Amino acid sequence: MSRIHVTTKINGDATEFLCEAEATLLDVLRDELGLTGTKEGCGTGDCGACSVTVDGRLVCSCLMLGAEAEGCEITTIEGMAAGDQLHPLQKKFIEMAALQCGICTPGILVAAKSLLERNPDPSEEEVRYWLAGNLCRCTGYDKIIRAVLDTAADMRRAS
Amino acid sequence: MALDDSKKPRVFKVVGTRPDRPDGIDKVTGRARFGADMVAPGMLTGRILRSPHAHARIKRIDTSKAEALAGVKAVVTRADFGTVPDHVAVIMENCMAGEKALYDGHAIAAVAAISPAVARQALRLIEVDYEVLPHVTDVDEAMKPDAPVLHEGRQEETVPPGMSQNVIARAEFGHGDIEAGLAKADRVLERTYRTAATHQGYIEPHACLATMGADGQGDLWVCTQGHYMVRNTCAAILGLEQGQLRVTASEIGGGFGGKTTVFLEPVALMLARKSGRPVKMVMSRSEVLRATGPTASTSIDVKIGMTKEGRITAGFAELRYQGGAWPGSPVNMGAMSGFAPYDLENVKTVGWDVVTNRPKAAAYRAPGAPMAAFAIESAIDELARGFGLDPLAVRLMNAADKGTKSSYGPTYPAIGLKATLEAAKAHPHWTAPLGKHQGRGVACGFWFNFGGDTCVSLNITPDGTVTVSEGNPDIGGSRASMTMMAAEELGIPYDQVRTVIADTGSLGQNEVTHGSRVTFAVGLATIEAARSAKREMCRRAAKIWGIDEEAVDWEDGAARPAGPNAGKFPPMTIKEIAAVASKTGGPIAGHHEVTAQGAGVSFATHMADVEVDPETGATKILRYTVFQDAGKAVHPSYVEGQFQGGAAQGIGWALNEEYIYGEDGILQNAGFLDYRIPVASDLPMIDTVILEIPNPGHPYGVRGVGETSIVPPLAAVANAVSAAAGVRMVQLPMSPPRVLAAIQAGG
Repeated sequence: MSRIHVTTKINGDATEFLCEAEATLLDVLRDELGLTGTKEGCGTGDCGACSVTVDGRLVCSCLMLGAEAEGCEITTIEGMAAGDQLHPLQKKFIEMAALQCGICTPGILVAAKSLLERNPDPSEEEVRYWLAGNLCRCTGYDKIIRAVLDTAADMRRAS
Repeated sequence: MALDDSKKPRVFKVVGTRPDRPDGIDKVTGRARFGADMVAPGMLTGRILRSPHAHARIKRIDTSKAEALAGVKAVVTRADFGTVPDHVAVIMENCMAGEKALYDGHAIAAVAAISPAVARQALRLIEVDYEVLPHVTDVDEAMKPDAPVLHEGRQEETVPPGMSQNVIARAEFGHGDIEAGLAKADRVLERTYRTAATHQGYIEPHACLATMGADGQGDLWVCTQGHYMVRNTCAAILGLEQGQLRVTASEIGGGFGGKTTVFLEPVALMLARKSGRPVKMVMSRSEVLRATGPTASTSIDVKIGMTKEGRITAGFAELRYQGGAWPGSPVNMGAMSGFAPYDLENVKTVGWDVVTNRPKAAAYRAPGAPMAAFAIESAIDELARGFGLDPLAVRLMNAADKGTKSSYGPTYPAIGLKATLEAAKAHPHWTAPLGKHQGRGVACGFWFNFGGDTCVSLNITPDGTVTVSEGNPDIGGSRASMTMMAAEELGIPYDQVRTVIADTGSLGQNEVTHGSRVTFAVGLATIEAARSAKREMCRRAAKIWGIDEEAVDWEDGAARPAGPNAGKFPPMTIKEIAAVASKTGGPIAGHHEVTAQGAGVSFATHMADVEVDPETGATKILRYTVFQDAGKAVHPSYVEGQFQGGAAQGIGWALNEEYIYGEDGILQNAGFLDYRIPVASDLPMIDTVILEIPNPGHPYGVRGVGETSIVPPLAAVANAVSAAAGVRMVQLPMSPPRVLAAIQAGG
């Protein structure tokens, strides 16, 4: 089976990879590129643990083929902090205990960052509906929603 | 040195604060390594072939075509395992079917291949001849005398003659005289309640990476709630010495009881042994739902007598739980716990353990208790409302307290149930106005909690910082709690301690992370390990000062002369003592090994407001408050997190979640789209009130908090929905069609 050559930019770095035609972007990230921060919870686009952005759009990487990433800019959880400087959402999630087991955390952070880039002042309801595609089984979402709202307020004050 | 807990009430410096968790940065940056995140050189992919039938005799398995496929390095069936010891026989059967496939998704064979694609292709080449047998998936159907039988000869002597072989055991609990109690009641309510099977729903599928040498040495990386259990179980199944198998726990992406047993691990080790290569296995979500963990579905009859003042005169329940294809449903814990919140003169429960053609039930957060609480708390609510009484006041009137003989036997020491009820009564939520189609429900819940085998080692490094090694996977912030308790006991800052989860080669036996035991039992061992290190550091200071070691005290992170008579020496800090340890007797460490007792039972009261749409039957949770006794909240944020998470799971169980089997015995909703757990937009904020009634069995008063929080919500939500809809809901989940049908039937 011939593999497909793909050229992308991942977390700002020019990245080339070869993938099988049926390989998902998630498979490529995790198994070819070692970017295991993106998680697989279902493989059917229902849990959001594999959330990444592709050309700025939030997607489930399990629902996109690796081959479709040709020419795209992809951001994963590994690209969220700038070196040792955590993103404000990352800091706030730790500070407010917005995670328990942490398996959904990368996807939720990627999704929440994507929300705040579009809407710096979301209501609680907007946060809840934006994150409705990201399942968390541990927290009951309370501390996650509070952390996102609190971060948004901090970021508005800082800008 | 002298250690005296009773000297004065302890003023905590670290415990009760909310520091950042030590694994926080790893978890928010994607660096944390979960089960599926590990790789090994030369690693193969392992995959499992699963039964497409609910019940079938396996007449023949032909793996020759799969073995001949290029890139396939090993194929394993049950024959490869031979005979295994009795105590792991059922686990073996569940990991790999023998003579019969007992449920849709039961493992039949496994392959290891050079890629996932080759492994998938190999599975398609395995030929299995099945003789399809009649099946049964419903608990009440399975108890009928003419039901298809799963196993012959497993029935216990407790079961009366003439019942189906699927009825495995009967157990009875309680005291007093039910009939005499019922005779004193102004009303006797009899109802039957049903709950559907639900799954723990952890977001991380089961995963492991196994290596097995020809020398009998193995290594296993695995997401589990107990890597010592994995070691012992796999060693027994594979005929290994426990000391030759080293198991390392990955970060764990949720468990809730579902990762307290093994599914893939013995198979992965067998594939690794046969292929001579490391083998990684990761389940798909549909495999997780079809073949792991669900809890029991139940059918429960309740009979309760109450006076018009609200006093319960007698409580009786008969509980029927199906626990899947083998004995061991959590019915006894349901039967023991359902009436545990109440001080009853006459109480009796009967539990029936039943097998069906479903996956073997695994523990799920307070196993067995939520369903019993749903039934009993619903009945109490209906009686209270029927008399026009306040349901909180009725519960307070009947509440168990210190000295109450519990429904399952023991007499309670200090417990916190009344405190949770008083707090609920005083909370603004209780008196907030409700609108049209809205209702409020309350319910109580109980869980036993557990201690068990525990080892902790605490090492003082040469620079005087501290490493705590413990053997229980951190499933929701327990490393933070251990770090806090070690820092508290040593009198040093939180950031001077780091806690690690050690592999099975590094500590003695540790019980699985279950029974809400970790903060209690591992915390207790951590405190004792710190005390043993303190004693040693006092000894070293005494040696340096040339005084008796009894004349040295430990305070605020330093050894000090115990009094004016001990001599005038400046305190020696932990860093100063550590720096010269080589000259005073060598490295310093403390350790503690214990079978922890005195876990301290736990109670909660939950309050839910809902709105029911009379046109669709859909329920919206408007407001939710949890009141629970934590004994002592070590890290209050993570205690709140346990309360909130349990409530959310319970809400899912009450409203949405259920295993749906077709007439063919096949699971129809093996995915997160159709097995719908609560999402962020389904829930409101979940308020929490932490009560602290110290547990006398722990040096700081800690009680486990993880499980109790899932016990009350089924009934709290059902009582609220019933109030809002004007009809009594007796079956879960209260899905929109079911609620709508109940409304249209007019109750």
